[in-house]
Amino acid sequence: MLIRNLCNIALGTTVLALTGCKGGVLDPKGQIGIDEKNLIIIATVLMLIVVIPVIVMTLYFAWKYRDGQDQQIYAPKWAHSGKIEAAVWAIPIVIVIVLGVITWQSTQQLDPYKPLEGKGKHLTVEVVSLNWKWLFIYPEQGIATVNELVFPANVPVEYKITSESTMNSFFIPQLGSQIYSMAGMETKLHLIANEPGTFKGFSANYSGAGFTGMKFNAIAMPTQADFDSWVSKVKSESNTLSKADYDALAQPSENNPVTYFGDVEEGLFHTIVMKYMQAHGDMNKMHKAMPEHSGHANHTMHSEGEK
Amino acid sequence: MSLLGKLTLDAIPFHEPILMVTMAVVVIAAALIAALVTKYKKWGVLWHDWITSIDHKRLGVMYIILALIMLFRGFSDAIMMRAQLALATGGATGYLPPEHYDQIFTAHGVIMIIFMAMPFMIGLMNIVLPLQIGARDVAFPFLNNLSFWLTAGGAILINISLFCGEFAKTGWVAYPPLSEMSFSPGVGVDYYIWALQISGIGTLLTAVNFLVTVFKMRAPGMRLMQMPIFTWTCTWANILIAASFPILTAVLTMLTLDRYLDFHFFTNEAGGNAMMYINLFWAWGHPEVYILILPAFGIFSEVISTFTGKRLFGYKSMVYASGAISILGFIVWLHHFFTMGSSANVNAFFGVMTMVIAVPTGVKLFNWLFTIYRGRLRITVPVLWTLGFMVTFTIGGMTGVLLAIPGADYVLHNSLFLIAHFHNTIIGGAVFGYLAGFAFWFPKAMGFKLHEGWGKASFWCWLIGFFVAFMPLYVLGFLGMTRRLNHTNNPDWNIWLYIAFVGAVIIMFGILFQVVQLIVSFKNREALKDTTGDPWNGHTLEWSTSSPPQYYNFATIPHVHDIDTWTDMKEKGQAYQQKSSYAPIHMPKNTAAGVMMSACFTTFCFAMIWHIWWLAIVGVIAGITVFFKRCYTSDVDYYVQPEEILEIESAHNASATTFNQGKEFSA
Amino acid sequence: MSSIPADINIINHDAHAHEHHDTGGDTVFGFWLYLMTDCLLFASFFATYAVLYMNTAGGVSGKDIFELDFVAVETAALLLSSITFGFAMISAHAQKKAATLTWLAVTFAFGVVFISMEVYEFHHLISHGNGPQRSAFLTSFFSLVGLHGLHVTAGLIWMATMMIEVSRRGLKPATVTRLSCLSLFWHFLDVVWICVFTVVYLMGVM
Repeated sequence: MLIRNLCNIALGTTVLALTGCKGGVLDPKGQIGIDEKNLIIIATVLMLIVVIPVIVMTLYFAWKYRDGQDQQIYAPKWAHSGKIEAAVWAIPIVIVIVLGVITWQSTQQLDPYKPLEGKGKHLTVEVVSLNWKWLFIYPEQGIATVNELVFPANVPVEYKITSESTMNSFFIPQLGSQIYSMAGMETKLHLIANEPGTFKGFSANYSGAGFTGMKFNAIAMPTQADFDSWVSKVKSESNTLSKADYDALAQPSENNPVTYFGDVEEGLFHTIVMKYMQAHGDMNKMHKAMPEHSGHANHTMHSEGEK
Repeated sequence: MSLLGKLTLDAIPFHEPILMVTMAVVVIAAALIAALVTKYKKWGVLWHDWITSIDHKRLGVMYIILALIMLFRGFSDAIMMRAQLALATGGATGYLPPEHYDQIFTAHGVIMIIFMAMPFMIGLMNIVLPLQIGARDVAFPFLNNLSFWLTAGGAILINISLFCGEFAKTGWVAYPPLSEMSFSPGVGVDYYIWALQISGIGTLLTAVNFLVTVFKMRAPGMRLMQMPIFTWTCTWANILIAASFPILTAVLTMLTLDRYLDFHFFTNEAGGNAMMYINLFWAWGHPEVYILILPAFGIFSEVISTFTGKRLFGYKSMVYASGAISILGFIVWLHHFFTMGSSANVNAFFGVMTMVIAVPTGVKLFNWLFTIYRGRLRITVPVLWTLGFMVTFTIGGMTGVLLAIPGADYVLHNSLFLIAHFHNTIIGGAVFGYLAGFAFWFPKAMGFKLHEGWGKASFWCWLIGFFVAFMPLYVLGFLGMTRRLNHTNNPDWNIWLYIAFVGAVIIMFGILFQVVQLIVSFKNREALKDTTGDPWNGHTLEWSTSSPPQYYNFATIPHVHDIDTWTDMKEKGQAYQQKSSYAPIHMPKNTAAGVMMSACFTTFCFAMIWHIWWLAIVGVIAGITVFFKRCYTSDVDYYVQPEEILEIESAHNASATTFNQGKEFSA
Repeated sequence: MSSIPADINIINHDAHAHEHHDTGGDTVFGFWLYLMTDCLLFASFFATYAVLYMNTAGGVSGKDIFELDFVAVETAALLLSSITFGFAMISAHAQKKAATLTWLAVTFAFGVVFISMEVYEFHHLISHGNGPQRSAFLTSFFSLVGLHGLHVTAGLIWMATMMIEVSRRGLKPATVTRLSCLSLFWHFLDVVWICVFTVVYLMGVM
């Protein structure tokens, strides 16, 4: 039947695309991304155990019991069978239990807030989404860039993320997870590149007219030394980023070129986050009031608020 | 302050050739329709029998006409987007600048969900539900008319935005702070707010109305666990509407206060909290998708059990599964934003709860399968839609469970994989269901069947088109393409974008064939006429009436002894029984109050959008005045006389019996 | 705003259309369902208040602005109005037109006292620079309390209409059904106010 052929074609092309695809989620270059790819594959295979039989049964039953065939087995009043009903409840329940366990464990393991252990010292990068560009501040190095993110391969990177205005999502598909950037809040993400390379990064949450141009290259340098020499190159730039420079930069603009800032005002990121957070009260009480909000975002807000 | 608020001639997009051509087409089409109505002298009929009608069947037909018109509008948006993305590759910027493109994807989402799927679902429910429970109308017929016109008012507002001002450029979810005044100062978001608000209130009133109908007006003998399955799934959907739409009303009101009065619910400044909007929006938005899908599940159940000539397998399981889906649908909303930074435990909880929904859904699929088992399945158009659904939806369900795993969602969130997933469930689930119901109940509502050949052609175009259009989006999601991009510059993506565009064109043929089907069927309406009222050998009470049903539905209210009441009556020889006399029937009169109130409140909304304060006040006062007038009108009902009933019933029974005898004779 | 007139449409005449049914019962049941949806509307605003009440943006907090004595009087007026509405309903069911009208008038007076005090409180806050634009806390406070106030105002308009209806048409079954709906509405607003009083005012000054 046509439906089945179509499914085969669809499935075939999908598989083809998945194995052959470059630069996407299924071509990960970092540990988090690799784990997430494996998770997707395991879950899909598990579900196919039910999905394929259902599709095959649908087509088979529709063919086998079509009008004009096998009139003897026609059972118009047959509408209940304890055994079948027990089975149709039990099968999905079993699959969901297995998937549920996998979900629970993988969610703990892949928590974007969890530092990557056993990989050495973290590099910290502060990420600010502006309309419509990305600002990366390196607090340890005292430099900043626009629309280019550079870090050494095999070194875990901790991203502290906020937004100047609208909500965006910080995402480098080949390295793994994404996290929203929100004004007046600090979210966190931990990623690592397992090999050097240039990966595409962008905003994965629509934020207005210049959204399409909110792209950057995430460059994993082969060694620490390469990274250090890149840092010194940026440091030699005469461009600096004070609060006033930042306010000018924050004006809406589209398709910004890569820009380096050789010097950054101390605590700029904190200033950006606190600009709106001061209006918030004691977050501990908020937890009690609205449990579904008791996420990391608020924890961070709380600790920031105490500073 | 001008007398017209923010409204000036600049609001009309003279510089946009696409819009001006569309506007010309709309004006010409409207003039043509007006000319035809005048030529055939149908203005009176249009006003007295349709616009002011409080008959649930006619309101249902009007809902579906509205849904089909909005389907054309929403699909035009869709194919424009696909064309843009197929053209704007490799550094090209395409033909739609972000200014225009961003409005299109927002409008597409709002229209397809609020003004296509919802009216389609409510339209089918209007036509069928009172008939299925043996009621003469809904509990509050005037309110039903008002609900329709409020929904229509919202649809009119959203279409006005095309030619007067702009629509929102925020995406259909309108997340703040982007939708706040500081980032969206135009009238677009205001159109969004008021169109959703007015139609949402209409929907809420519909739910209350149908809940009272179902709980209070079932035919004698019909226990709750004997209600037809479509009625059951609609009832669950109505419970969901009653429980979730107030949240939408609330969240839109808050956004309105932020935008109009400088409040700080969701602003960055002064302690507002945008995350709260996202939570509240999805606390409505997630139940909303079950509101769309549950009645479709009911339609598939009716279609399968009718065309296999069998009882529905596992009726009780079906009812409980629908209930489980409804309740679970309320505790999963956070899966729309796993990437917001909630703790691992919170994300895992919502992920697992989401997966649990797969259990009752899976049960339903198996029950349909076992309804086909040992049946005699007639492969008609409604059955094709159902089979197409079972295959397509299973895939959509699988990708949905995948997205419910937070670890997978971290890389698939907001990607085209997500777009493919929800189109897979909404097209492959809800829309296929409504189209199945459309073909199934069309003869009941209109008195003649739809042409099978064109129906099948349309089905295959939809099905093939769906796979060609959306399977590439799954691939693109894996390739790292995010949603709402205006143009792309990645050579690996191009081929998939081209294929997706071809798929959209195939779907376009599916829609065109449906139009052809309607025209061909209308021309051959005598040959396709349904003389018995029961063209498919149905199970439930709607098939006991003539097609289209008598305006009072039932001359005498039937007594119910079985889930498949009509089959039961046919088997016991109680069908088509002629009585010698009938009791008079008490019926409500048509009224113009609903359409007038809606006109007033739509005017109020339009005035609010453009800050024309005096007109807003006039609109509200006029609307309330019409309402009070309606409350204190005593001329609202009349009696149908027994002679008239006798005449109508004799004609129906005679034609049904003649036809059935002829059938037996030829068999 | 538009929601209020549309929502009360449930009390329409069309319920008469179904001879086999207790139509008054249908109307009251429908109205009760509407109240449940209204309850969720309030719940959303309560949730919002719970999230935002600490976000004072450096401005006043509940402790600074709430005067419990004042609000206690306000609350007493509304609670008493619920009792007097109960007497109005007893009279209505007993077909005592004059007594019904008198009790409705007393209820109306209490309602007006409540609304006037609320307007005074709002005016006082706004004139001291503590309007809803000042902070998210004040936004959510004004919205929650104001939403309740708007409902009470709508109830007063409805009550005035009903008083005219009763005086002109007497206590026919349809009119008593409408009074029953209004009674449900009024008691519902009372219950909501008790929640407002507890969550906003009592917990606010603690």
